[in-house]
Amino acid sequence: MTNTIIKAENVYKTYPGGVEALKDVSLTVSKGEVVVIIGASGSGKSTFLRTLNRLEKIDSGKITIDNMEITNPKIKITSLRSEIGMVFQHFNLFPHLSVLNNVVLAQTIVKKRDRKESVEIAMELLRRVGIDDKADMYPGQLSGGQQQRVAIARSLAMKPKIMLFDEATSALDPEMVGGVLDIMKSLAKEGMTMVVVTHEMGFAKEVADRVIYMDEGRIVEAGTPKTVFSGAKSERLKQFLSQIL
Amino acid sequence: MKNKKLLWNLLYVFVIIGIGYFIYLSSAHVNYIWRWKNIPSFIVYNSQDTIDSPVSGIVENYKNKTLYIKSVKGKIEALKVEHPEVEKGQVVDKDDELGYNTHYRSGPLLVGLYMTLKISIMAMVVAMFLGLITGLMRISSNPLLKNLALTYIELVRGTPLLVQLFIFYFFIGTVFHLDRLVSGVGALSVFEGAYIAEIIRAGIQSIHKGQREAALSLGMNYYQIMRHIIMPQAIKRTMPAMAGQFISLIKDSSLVSVISITDLTKAGREIITSTFSPFEVWFTVAFMYLVLTYSLSFLTQIIERKMAKSD
Repeated sequence: MTNTIIKAENVYKTYPGGVEALKDVSLTVSKGEVVVIIGASGSGKSTFLRTLNRLEKIDSGKITIDNMEITNPKIKITSLRSEIGMVFQHFNLFPHLSVLNNVVLAQTIVKKRDRKESVEIAMELLRRVGIDDKADMYPGQLSGGQQQRVAIARSLAMKPKIMLFDEATSALDPEMVGGVLDIMKSLAKEGMTMVVVTHEMGFAKEVADRVIYMDEGRIVEAGTPKTVFSGAKSERLKQFLSQIL
Repeated sequence: MKNKKLLWNLLYVFVIIGIGYFIYLSSAHVNYIWRWKNIPSFIVYNSQDTIDSPVSGIVENYKNKTLYIKSVKGKIEALKVEHPEVEKGQVVDKDDELGYNTHYRSGPLLVGLYMTLKISIMAMVVAMFLGLITGLMRISSNPLLKNLALTYIELVRGTPLLVQLFIFYFFIGTVFHLDRLVSGVGALSVFEGAYIAEIIRAGIQSIHKGQREAALSLGMNYYQIMRHIIMPQAIKRTMPAMAGQFISLIKDSSLVSVISITDLTKAGREIITSTFSPFEVWFTVAFMYLVLTYSLSFLTQIIERKMAKSD
């Protein structure tokens, strides 16, 4: 399958405290696919997402991104990470840098683009997420929704092949959620490969090509939104859906 | 409300005056004679340099504080003399005194203050460097680096600076033939470096781990993350503690006087042996330290206010 971009095989991960976060997780994602991972908190969905750019190390198994085995300790992970964008629940913007420089910094020091080109790319992306008029402000002066949109622009500036979203809307005020989700939807439409951990079931139904339900570190059910949401087989998924919908 | 505050402030002034009066009374009790008059001359004094005639000849003219002397050979010599003691037309021999110039010169206290400042600045620079390296080693996951840093910090923080100074001067200094100034600066740097390491460690650890993760996810390496993301935020956050440590350093530098470096404290001690005015001298020395430390804390307040604007 040349179309495969993410391939996780039999991934295991136990935290130092003895909590088994991931148990035999395997997942294959094709280019341009949007995969939404749902599950209760503590189900291992965020941990799994974070193993995809090796923010979390795994104990056993194998993860291949774009034909590069990122779980191989010998591989140079830093440059590879720039090809995998990640958006965090708490935005994690750099508070000491202006909005513009948040988007510019990694372009200049990681991608070695010159400043002028980086600023152009940054302004274009800020325009796309609707924050270009606040380029000179600092993150602390922005609302949560605006900060998250800057964080998306910051990731996109690296021209990633894959975007990972780790509960990107969970920390936002309800009226801010829509704007961020709209940007994510437009990205999906453009054919970006996305792995999204979220509690927004509406987004999953509308955008996802595949929905994965995780529980206690395992993938319990997977399929199209329709089969997962309407034809849940396991008792746990039925229970989870009844609680959340 | 406002009146009440004024009342307390007035009371504060009274208490201070009371303490001053108490000090005066105590000194009177031991029949101490205050001689403040001499003290300023230990900070700056006016020295007289006598000017001797370089040639034999006759005083031609005196204009613009300059004496013109026509030598026997007919050559005119111009000399700057502020206070001439010769008159126009007077005959002078070679090496005769023509008059004198006055100069303001630094007294021993000011020279000592300069030495204190010099030692403190040198030690600050080295201590910052040591502290930064040790602080980074301290949070390293490599046991060798971490344990080395821990050993250094514990050894230094567990022993008195005075003892460290003696070890540096009498042991390390003897073995490596170090100059006393190098020993003094070395001991101070090693001592303050251990504290700065802990400040830097705390500063780095206070930065939310999400910052590091975001930087990692953008493809930055360890150095880039430290240089562009963690350190700028950590330094800003540790400014107050760092300033406090530098103020301590200036005060601790007074201990180098025990290895015969003529800093402000040693200068004070030397003056007392000749003037027998310990009270005035120590009060003056204390005040001069206070000027240094207060300027530093004032400066850091300005910097902090400037940095806070970017938030």
